[in-house]
Order: sequence, then C-alpha cells, then structure tokens
Amino acid sequence: MQALRITLCAATMAVAFAANAAEVEVLHWWTSGGEAKAAAELKKMLEAKGHKWKDFAVAGGAGENAMTALKTRVVSGNPPTAAQIKGPAIQEWGEEGVLASIDDVAKKEGWDKLLPPVVSNVMKYKGSYVAVPVNVHRVNWLWVNPELLKKANAKAPNTLDEFFATAEALKKAGIQAVAYGGQPWQDATVFETVALAVGGPDFYKKAFVQLDANALKSPTMIKSLETYKRIKPYTDKNSAGREWNLATAMVINGKAAMQFMGDWAKGEFLAAGKVPGKDFLCLPAPGTAGDYTFNIDSFAMFKLPNKDAEKGEKDFASAVMSTQFQEVFNLNKGSIPVRAGMDMSKFDACGQQSAKDFQTTSKKGSLLPSFAHGMAMHSATQGAYYDAISQFWNDDKMTAKQAADKLVAAAKVK
Amino acid sequence: MTQFNGPAQYGFAERWLPRLVLAPSFLLTLVFIYGFIAWNGYLSFTASRLLPNYEWVGLAQYETLFANERAWVAVKNLFIFGSLFIGGGMAMGILLAVFLDQKIRGEGVLRTIYLYPMALSFIVTGTAWKWMLNPGLGLEKLVHDWGFTSFTFDWLVNPDMSIYTVVIAGIWQSSGFVMALFLAGLRGIDDSIIKAAQIDGATLPRIYWRIVLPALRPVFFSTLMILAHIAIKSFDLVMALTGGGPGFSSDVPATFMYASAFTRGQMGVGAASAMMMLATVAAIVVPYLYSELRGSRHG
Repeated sequence: MQALRITLCAATMAVAFAANAAEVEVLHWWTSGGEAKAAAELKKMLEAKGHKWKDFAVAGGAGENAMTALKTRVVSGNPPTAAQIKGPAIQEWGEEGVLASIDDVAKKEGWDKLLPPVVSNVMKYKGSYVAVPVNVHRVNWLWVNPELLKKANAKAPNTLDEFFATAEALKKAGIQAVAYGGQPWQDATVFETVALAVGGPDFYKKAFVQLDANALKSPTMIKSLETYKRIKPYTDKNSAGREWNLATAMVINGKAAMQFMGDWAKGEFLAAGKVPGKDFLCLPAPGTAGDYTFNIDSFAMFKLPNKDAEKGEKDFASAVMSTQFQEVFNLNKGSIPVRAGMDMSKFDACGQQSAKDFQTTSKKGSLLPSFAHGMAMHSATQGAYYDAISQFWNDDKMTAKQAADKLVAAAKVK
Repeated sequence: MTQFNGPAQYGFAERWLPRLVLAPSFLLTLVFIYGFIAWNGYLSFTASRLLPNYEWVGLAQYETLFANERAWVAVKNLFIFGSLFIGGGMAMGILLAVFLDQKIRGEGVLRTIYLYPMALSFIVTGTAWKWMLNPGLGLEKLVHDWGFTSFTFDWLVNPDMSIYTVVIAGIWQSSGFVMALFLAGLRGIDDSIIKAAQIDGATLPRIYWRIVLPALRPVFFSTLMILAHIAIKSFDLVMALTGGGPGFSSDVPATFMYASAFTRGQMGVGAASAMMMLATVAAIVVPYLYSELRGSRHG
C-alpha cells in the first residue's frame, strides 16, 4: 500500500521540491466580490513581509470542492501552508497528524487574552494553537422587512410567542411570513435557533455540544421540534432546495417578511442597496437575544518541510490576527472581528450589536458554537443530525417523538 | 541472410506486437481500475475517516453502513429509479424507433430532435427539469395561470414522490439514445423476412413483436448494459435536480457514497458503500454477461 502511495505521489512531489521555499500557499474559497477583495488585502500584507503569496482558491460547494482538493494534496505529502478549516474539523485534521503548532506566535501576541476561551479551544489541538480565527458570524439573527410588518399591522418579534403572533397577522394580511430555504444546512440553522429559544443555552449545550441522550429525548427537545415545525405553515411549498440567498431576496423584494439566517445575509441586503434599520431590520432571533451562536472561519496550519516555509506560515498567522486585516476583511465579509478590543466605528449597526453581544455572551457563558455550521460536532455526527432534522421538516407524518429518537441515534454516529 | 531471417522476425513481431501494443492500456486498466477497486476494498475494512488510514477494523464500517437508514433509502431509490428508468427509457425508445421506421417524411429532422437530449449533460437536464417541475415556477404555475387552480403537481418537493422526478428527467434524456440504437438495429433487418410474414398474413404489430424485436436481442443487450450502468452510477442528475432532497428522500447510492466519503469525513463508510454498489452491479451484470456470451458461443 505504501508503495502504491509513493508511486501515486511521485509527480506532485517533484513539483513540491521545485517550488520556492518562502512561498505562502493558502487554500480558501473566498472567490466572490467582497471576499476576494479581502483575500487580496492579505496577499498585500504578506508580500510586504517579503513572502510570495500563492493563491489556492477552489470555488464552489461551500468548501466541499476545496476539501476534496485539500485531501488530495495532503495525502500526496504536499500540503499548502494553510487551509480554510473550521470547528471540530480542526480536531479531525489534528488527529490525522498533519497540523503544525503556532504556539510561539500565539504566545508572543497574547491570543489567549484576545480570544474568548470557547473560541481559542476550537483553535487548539491537544493544547496548542494549530489554527487562526478570521472572523465571527452570528447565526441566530432574524432578518425582517419592516414595510411588510407595517402593512400587516404587526410588530417585530422579540419572543417566540410574539413571532408566531406576527406570523399569523402577516398570514391574515395575505403576506408570506417566513422566507425559507429547504436545504439540510438551512433546516438545521433554523432548528438550532428555535431549540436555543425554547430550551436556553444549557439545554443547547447538552443537546448539540455534549450530545447528551437524555437532553435529546427530553420534553424540551420534543417542544423544540414541535415549535420548529409550527413555522412550516408560514413558508411556501416551493422552498424545497431553495438557496439561502434566494430566500433572502424574497425578504428584500417584499415577497416574504422574515428570515432566520446568519449575518452573511446582510451582504445580500447591502448589495441590493438597502439600509440597515430602515429598509431591513436585523434582530436577534426571537427568544435568543441574550445568546449568541457563532460560526467562525479559521485557517488551519499544516506541517511544512523546511524552516523558511515555517517562517512564512507564522507570519501568515500573525497577519490574519492583525487588527488591520481583521477590520478590512470583516467589513467586506459582513462578519465581525474575532479579537477583543477592536474599534468598531466603521461597522454598521448590525455589526456593532453583534460585536457587543459577542463580548457580553462570552462573559456569561451563552456564547455557543453553531452545530449547523460545523462548530460543535464531528462532520459525521453533524450529517446525521442534518438527516434527522431535514426528514422531520419534510415528512409531515413523522412525529416529534420519532424525530427525537432519530437525534438520539444520530448522536451516536462518529 | 535477410531472406532467411525475414519470416522468423515476422513471426516474432506477429506474436509480440499485439501484446506490446496492448500492454500500456492493459497496465493502466489494471492499476487505475482493478488496482483502485482493490484499494477501495481495503479501505472499507479500515478506520479511515477524513484521510485514508490503514488501521484494520474488520466489518465495522459495513455494520455502520447497514445500520444507516439513509443508506437503505438510497438503495430503495436505486431500485425504483433503476427499474423505471431502464424499463421506461427502453419502452419509449423502442416505440419511437418503430414509429420512425415506418418510412415517414422528415425522418432525419425528427431523429435529430429526439436524439438531441443525449447531447446535453445530466447537469443541464437536471437544472431544466428542476425549473419545469418546481410548483412555483413551472408546470403547476402554468396550469394555474390557465385557470385550473385545483391542479397540483408537486412531486419535486414531495418526499414521497421526489425520486420519480428523477425518473422522468432520466427517461427524457435517454429515450432518444435508445431510439437511435434500435433504429440502427431495425435498419439491419432483412426486408424479405418482413415481406414473407406479410404474405403469411401477419399484422404489423405482430410482425414487430414476434419477428423484428426478437431479432434485435443483441441491441437489447447493449442497451440494457448502457442504461444499467447509467442508472447505478447516476449522480449528477440527482444532484442537479433534487440535490438528494427534500431531506434525503431522493438519495441514491452514488450521492450517499459521495456525502460520506467527501463531506462527512466517513471515508470508511463511503468505501464500504462503494463496494456494495460494485457488488450490486456485479450481481446483475455477471450472470447476464455469462448467459449472453455462452449463448452466442453456441451460435
């Protein structure tokens, strides 16, 4: 088997040895407008430090294609300097023994003080930093078209009860209340938000982080599932398979009033020339104002063959954590900087609120990893959760009890 | 000397040249098909997750696979899709071929029209049908706009029916191709046989059913082989049309395998499901090949 692997890799190895040692090669999928601009900024910063930047952008599939490309490179013994990997996937790659420690950079710059412990734990494998965080997305947002609410004489909801009252009022006025995209990850995004609102942060941690079977079959879970399903009558039946940005467009164009989605949706509103607070509202999802589910992009660092390359890797890590990059990148991406103590004056109202909540929730322990976005569990477990939730949403014959049993089974998938 | 050596060299070349010419492709096939099948088979007995590793775990991955509800949905869908796609595509294709065979005017144009879907990739077919079958965009909206508001056709978004939309698109894509194969076969049949049957007083349907179609047995064989492998490896059509959804109701083994091996970090389970796909193909194809090849040897 070893022989076969060696033969297979011969070609790529040859390329690797020929390559320039001080080259920083970064695998990412920031290829669309604002993101590409942010990546270009990073390139400038590294070139200023005398490194050669090599772009390894693989577009499409929300990173799926990129992961396939990355696996090929790593198996052939020729990994890039860093790759966009996030959440527990960092642990999975760590277990494969291919990640490099960047502890000396982290110690020098005091990352432990800059990052909330929930975040820095994700970036560490066996106690040392192997990844550097780029940004923070808040997942538990509700995007609202205020004009439609005014038409239906309804008010923006703060709790789940208010949410359903508003939805009902909209429905009576002949307006579609909820814009929904029926893809497994979107199903899970809405569900985790509802479950957080119903059960609170402790329940959320037990059910989605600790995968506790008792929590998964508890009455709270049944109630969460039932509440989640109550949203369905307020969506349209064409939602199956709809992309999230098309659902957002429905809110922008006044075809539907509200959408549960992370703050990447803001980019769509801004691109359509809408003004936050006036043309659209960003509210913490009903019932979760005191909580924060996060989705953090990060770069994992790979073990490299020589010292020069390692130097480049460390400079890269330090550049990503720099205030300059964090600001430019996040202004373009619609997310917020991950490091504490940043000047937020250039960000819009939604971003400022997100940054404020990020720090307060971090202190009171309700800063939670979003399982729908690969922050809380291994990809196999997450996939099994997706399956159960999606099936429950789509199959009207399935009861909440059956769905809860499926979640219990899903928690055992490793 | 040269004259003496000539025939001997020629004999050497005659014996070795074909082997030499075939050797590269034989070697490539050996490594890149059978070698990788074997490697995949080995991986299916290992604890491989994100990347291949070689820690032996026996049948554990197969146990995980067989305990997975989604895998069984995929298998069920493959049988529904496979049988309807092959049966429907074949029936449509033969029907079109027989109609075109009636020496009609404009055959060339019609033939091109029917064959054209084959020129499209499954991604294009899937996307086009996704729009047509979407209740809010396509057929259902059209009929509603005509005034029949009670009409519903929501298979695409109905978990119980979604796999049948894949069948519809698949048949649309492949029946023209089946038609072309059968048309070529029909053209190869000696006119005098048909004329003799007509003199005996056989009706046209009867002639086709009893004489022409049985004579096309080899065409059936190749068509079945082509359609069966398209059905079993079908991936792009499902991805473009339904994305395996709603939920995972229209998953097929190929999409399941892709999901577990490449997006869920369960390479071992993916490898195990790939082996099960291979076993399925072998279970169908090997007996058929065996009986066909033996049959032809006996004349």
